[in-house]
Amino acid sequence: MTMRAQLQFRDLTLGYDRHPAVHHLSGSVESGALVAVVGPNGAGKSTLFKGIVGVLKPLAGRIERGGVDPHDIAYLPQVAEIDRTFPISVYDMVSMGLWHRKGLFGRVGRADRDTVEAAIATVGLTGFEERTIGTLSGGQMQRMLFARLLLQDARVIVLDEPFNAIDAKTCADLLELVRHWHREQRTVLAALHDIELVRANFPDSLLLARAPVAWGRTPEVLTAENLTKARHMCEAFDEHAEACAAEAA
Amino acid sequence: MIYDTFIAPFAEFEFMRRALVGTFAIAFGAAPVGIFLMLRRMSLIGDAMAHAILPGAAIGYLLSGLSVFAMAGGGLIAGLVIAIGAALIARHTEVKEDASLAGFLLISLAIGVTIVSLGGNNVDLLRFLFGSVLALDDQTLLLIVSITTVSLLALALIWRPLVLECVDPGFLRSVSRAGGPAHIAFLALVVMNLVGGFHALGTLLAVGIMIVPAVTARFWARDITMMIAVAVGTAAVAGYAGLLLSYHAGLPSGPAVILVAGVLYAVSVLVGPVGGLLWQAFPGRHLEA
Repeated sequence: MTMRAQLQFRDLTLGYDRHPAVHHLSGSVESGALVAVVGPNGAGKSTLFKGIVGVLKPLAGRIERGGVDPHDIAYLPQVAEIDRTFPISVYDMVSMGLWHRKGLFGRVGRADRDTVEAAIATVGLTGFEERTIGTLSGGQMQRMLFARLLLQDARVIVLDEPFNAIDAKTCADLLELVRHWHREQRTVLAALHDIELVRANFPDSLLLARAPVAWGRTPEVLTAENLTKARHMCEAFDEHAEACAAEAA
Repeated sequence: MIYDTFIAPFAEFEFMRRALVGTFAIAFGAAPVGIFLMLRRMSLIGDAMAHAILPGAAIGYLLSGLSVFAMAGGGLIAGLVIAIGAALIARHTEVKEDASLAGFLLISLAIGVTIVSLGGNNVDLLRFLFGSVLALDDQTLLLIVSITTVSLLALALIWRPLVLECVDPGFLRSVSRAGGPAHIAFLALVVMNLVGGFHALGTLLAVGIMIVPAVTARFWARDITMMIAVAVGTAAVAGYAGLLLSYHAGLPSGPAVILVAGVLYAVSVLVGPVGGLLWQAFPGRHLEA
C-alpha cells in the first residue's frame, strides 16, 4: 500500500471570535493511520475535530481531506450534545448511522435492519433495541454511539474523548472496535487523556497545546519532556491579544 | 338518551357537523407539530407565534372584511416575519430566542387588538381572540383541511432531520446540511397550523389545541410515534367533547374545547403510566433485576 495523505493541515488556525484555539498547525495524517490526539484541557483537540468534520470554518489556513466530503467523516462528539430526554429508541438512534446511504427519504429495508441489528450486537447491546436512550447508563450510551459509527462505514473516523467516564470493560470492548477499524485501514483520530492507553494502542500521536508540540511515532512524541512542555504552552485566552504577527507577515 | 346526548347535536345541526370536521382537521395538523414544539422546549414560543399572527390577520380584515383568505394570508405573512425575525435577532445578538419572541408577542398583541378595534366592533374583536368554531363556512373548512394536508406531508418530508436536530444536533450537522432548512420549514408549519386554528379557536386559544394534547401525550407514551398518535387522539376527543359540552351547557365553544383538553391533561398528570403522580406515589415493590 502506498502512503497517501488522507488529511492535510496547511498552516491551519481554528478558533472562536478570532481567538485561536488551534494555532498554525501544519502536517498530514496518512490514509489508514491510527492517531491519538493528546493534550491538556483547552489544548484545542475538540476544536481541531470540529474543523476536520467541517462544523467549524478555519480562521486561517485550510484542511484538505483527500477527496472525502466532510459530511462523510464519522464523528463522535462529546456526549453532552445529546438530549437524553428525547423519546427515541436505541434502535432508531443507531439506524441514524445509515444517513449517508439513506439520506432524507431512503427506505430502510430488511437488509438494512439486519445491518442495524448486527451493529447493535457488535457493541454488546442486543436486547436494548426498544429501550429509550434516557434509560441507558453512560457506558451503554457510548456503546450505542459506537454502533452508529459502525453503520456510518466511513473512511475517516474522528472520536472526541471516546473513553471518558467509561469502565474498564466497556473501554476494552470499544478499543477493540477502534483496532478493528485500523485493521480495515480506515483513518482514525481520537482525542485521549490516558497516556498509557495511547502508548499501548496508538502507533502515532499528535501532542497539541494550541500549537503542535510534537507529532509522529507515539514513543517519540509522548516523552516526559514533551508532556511538560505541553502543559506550559497551554496559555490562557487573552481578551486583549494583538492580531497574530505570523498572519501579517 | 345516549343518541340525544352524543350524536343528535351533530345529526341535527349542520354548523355542529362543520365544527366537528374543522376541529378534527385541526387536531390532525396541529397536534404532531405541538409534540415537536414540546420536545424542543419551544412550547411557549408557540404561544408567542400565535399572538404574532394577530396583526397580520387584522390588517387583512381591515383591507377586505371577514374574508378568510385575506386574514389567513395576513396572518401567515406576519407569523413568518416574526418567527424569522426572532430567530435572526436571537442568532445575531445576546438575546435568547424565547426572550426576543416574548418581546414580539406583546407588541403584536397590542398592535393587533388596536387594529381590530379601529376597524370593527367588539364582536369582531372577540372573534379574533377566541375564534368562531360554530361558524365555519366552506372556504374556512377548505383552508383548514388544506393546511392539515400540507402540514402532514411536510412533516413526513422533514421528519428525519427534525427528529435528529432535537435529539443530536451535533450529529446532524456532521452528516448533513438539512438541519437549518428543516428548522425553518418547521417554524413555517407552526405558523400555518396556528393560522388554521385561528379561525376556529382564535388567536389566544389556537395554540391550546397544539400544546395541551402534546403535553398530555407525554404521560402516555415513551416513543415519539406513539406520542403523536396519543396527541392527535387527545385533540380529536377534546374537539368532540368540547363541542358537546358547549352545546349542552351553553358554553362558548372554543374555550370549551380547550377546557376538555385541560381536563384530559389533568387526568393524565395523575394517572398517566409514564411518570404520572399516582404511579410515583405508589410505585409498587422494586423488581428483581
